[in-house]
Amino acid sequence: MKPHLRFEDVACRRGGRLLFEGLSLALGPGEALHLTGPNGSGKSSLLRLAAGLLRAEAGRIDRSDVALADENSALDRELPLGKALRFWADGADAAMEALDLARLAHVPVRLLSTGQAKRATLARVAASEAPLWLLDEPLNGLDSDGIARLDVIITAHLQRGGAVLAASHGKLGGSWTHLELGA
Amino acid sequence: MIRALIARDVRRSIGGAAWLPVGFFLVVATLVPFAVGPDPRLLERIASGGLWIAALTAALLPIERLIDPDRASGVLDQLAIRGVSEEAVGAAKVAAHWLTFGPLLLLAALPSSFILGIAPDTLGRTLVALAVGTPGLAALAVMVGALTSGLPRAGALTGVLLLPLAIPLLIFGAGASGDPDSGGLLLEAAVSLLLVAASPFVTGAAIRASRT
Repeated sequence: MKPHLRFEDVACRRGGRLLFEGLSLALGPGEALHLTGPNGSGKSSLLRLAAGLLRAEAGRIDRSDVALADENSALDRELPLGKALRFWADGADAAMEALDLARLAHVPVRLLSTGQAKRATLARVAASEAPLWLLDEPLNGLDSDGIARLDVIITAHLQRGGAVLAASHGKLGGSWTHLELGA
Repeated sequence: MIRALIARDVRRSIGGAAWLPVGFFLVVATLVPFAVGPDPRLLERIASGGLWIAALTAALLPIERLIDPDRASGVLDQLAIRGVSEEAVGAAKVAAHWLTFGPLLLLAALPSSFILGIAPDTLGRTLVALAVGTPGLAALAVMVGALTSGLPRAGALTGVLLLPLAIPLLIFGAGASGDPDSGGLLLEAAVSLLLVAASPFVTGAAIRASRT
């Protein structure tokens, strides 16, 4: 089957500094890759390359539709959470339920705590129908309940034939292949 | 997605900042009689020019909230990920900005024209010229907003960028407001059209360039 994401000999340069080169990877349906590495080793850049937001210095990147969760929630601060999420995906209710956000549906986004905003960002990804999830530090700000819920939605997504690429310093539940940058 | 984006931008500015340029326009128009004195003949002569200067300065106000908040909050990234081109985003931004900026400015021009004592026939021409010019001003504002997005002290830079670029609009627009036979209106329309046509591309390129 066609992989959801494939890097072939990819090099990434940011601000004149070569972050990595000759990087090849393939992420097929049901596969999860945990990206680790010291600060500044290019984890976020790799995710942004995979999302198509950055151009690779060299090499080739093929991808299917992606959903990206980084430090920006991309939700309207003035809108209630439910409405803000529905701007990106009509079927956001199930995702809100999965991350225990349903009771916050009427709270304006600007009033959400760090952890709640992180959950909202993850709900935006979960509500998208994209087969490939790119998660940049998904554990930041999450409590133990949030981490458990994240594990549940990732497992469900993998079982549906999706793929996940996550950059995190923390420990993620489930079975992941590991890739260390800057080693 | 584009329609949703336009609707979202219109809702956001009606809910808040869209009224700011209108108030500013009124204030600047009110300043003119204070600055040059209350002589009705003199005021009538310079009134349409005063309205144009008020319109140009009012166009500066919303620039910083047009593109930068969406860049900072990741909305522009998410749109790109969903396959919406940066040019389409630029076009949507121009449309949404004009919808809240243009009609409200024309509305504010009415009370301002009474303050300045514009003659009725000049008023009609000035309103038409302003109506033709506002799409160009809106397009210019979006362009400049995208070019300065993410820069430190963008606020000061916007004026330096927008006002010189708006000079052709000002010259032809003020000409069309004054003399109906000058052909200024057609030239103003041409400039306005050029700005509207160019803005999505400039905006798109600027959004891509500011991406880190």
